[in-house]
Amino acid sequence: MVDFANLYTYIPVVLVILAPIIGGIMMGIDRKLTARMQSRMGPPIVQPFYDAIKLWGKEPFIASQLQPILAFGYFGFSIAAFTLLAFGQDMLLMIFTMAIADLCLIFAAFNSKSPYSNIGARRELIAMMSYEPVMLLAAISVFFVTGSFMVGSIYEISQPLLTILPLTFLALIPVLIIDMKKSPFDVSGSGHAHQELVRGIYTEFSGYTLALVELGHWTKITLLLAFASLFWSQNLIVGVVLAFALFFVVLVIDNSYPRLDWKTMIKTTWTVGFLLIIANIVGLIARVVILS
Amino acid sequence: MKTMTKARLKSPWVMHFDCGSCNGCDIEILAALTPKFDVERFGIVNIGDPKQADVLVVTGPANKRNQRVLKNLYDQMPQPKAVIAVGECACSGAIFHNCPNTLGGVDKVIPVDVYVPGCAARPESIIDGVVLVLQKLQKVSEGEKVD
Repeated sequence: MVDFANLYTYIPVVLVILAPIIGGIMMGIDRKLTARMQSRMGPPIVQPFYDAIKLWGKEPFIASQLQPILAFGYFGFSIAAFTLLAFGQDMLLMIFTMAIADLCLIFAAFNSKSPYSNIGARRELIAMMSYEPVMLLAAISVFFVTGSFMVGSIYEISQPLLTILPLTFLALIPVLIIDMKKSPFDVSGSGHAHQELVRGIYTEFSGYTLALVELGHWTKITLLLAFASLFWSQNLIVGVVLAFALFFVVLVIDNSYPRLDWKTMIKTTWTVGFLLIIANIVGLIARVVILS
Repeated sequence: MKTMTKARLKSPWVMHFDCGSCNGCDIEILAALTPKFDVERFGIVNIGDPKQADVLVVTGPANKRNQRVLKNLYDQMPQPKAVIAVGECACSGAIFHNCPNTLGGVDKVIPVDVYVPGCAARPESIIDGVVLVLQKLQKVSEGEKVD
């Protein structure tokens, strides 16, 4: 029996279904804003959906038998990671599920002889190595505040997380840049043409496998933005504005920096990201010690 | 099916191949991407990967050295696909038509759908060529026979 009296319980289900669509609209806004920053008109907001539908209707060119399965895996595990967030489950599990989704993409890229796709996959591994620890530390810093790794526990604190963990929020900027494949850290494969690796990790995908990879990517972006919006969990609208602000900062950085190499990527995330979050945690502990 | 046709017309991804052009036409193709012409507002994206491209834009005369590469790139593009020959050289070979090392126009190697003349072709005419190619893609998508 469906209990219509308690409709609030269905909000997570609706969110999970809408996650790829929200991500697609965000990518459309991204292309429009990027175009405006370069004084161009830019494509319509729904352009990513046209691209995905078109890709779905192209003749399938499969590089290896495993590739479509892994493309489905990338999409599926991204959705699974978002489901964990939407239902207020464990943050660590969410981050690991996201890592499995990324691994699916990497294995799919390794599963062909193309040197572009192979180098792109190797660089994606380095990208994972640089942002995953920052995400984990961010989850740990949330643990210091709420005393639990559950996303649901964030809703139970009275003070917004942003006022307690402002530096952790800043550390999410490089994470989002790497995950959205934006300059300066788009080493593994960029949305723009004329990079030295053709399309990097996406080179061997075409037709519906590329459409699936795009859908998975949109879901992952929605996931990260939803995680950012948790930093003001008391008021949903403020949270969404916060996520938009983070998104806008990433776009400004994308349009003002050239791409940098993987060494700079690791150095930046491991120094700036780690230091910001550790400073925040140390500050929290110091405050508790001084007050007691 | 109608949605698919609309999506195809709204997002033609273009791959550019230089068959040994003098770079005049190549610069004009890139000019179409600049803020003045901004083809991205029609969803046209310059993409480097033949497996993801819908339209192949070729500049320069086909010659004996690169005809294998050109054929290979064309074969790697999934259906539905189309080819635009941009510039006099790509259309007919122009001043190189009887050189011993060239074959003449691009249509000696791969089937060409739209010819964009000019030396160099203007960005406006290149965009016009893409619009003409979209009409062909629409017919293909709606199931009509196109020669």
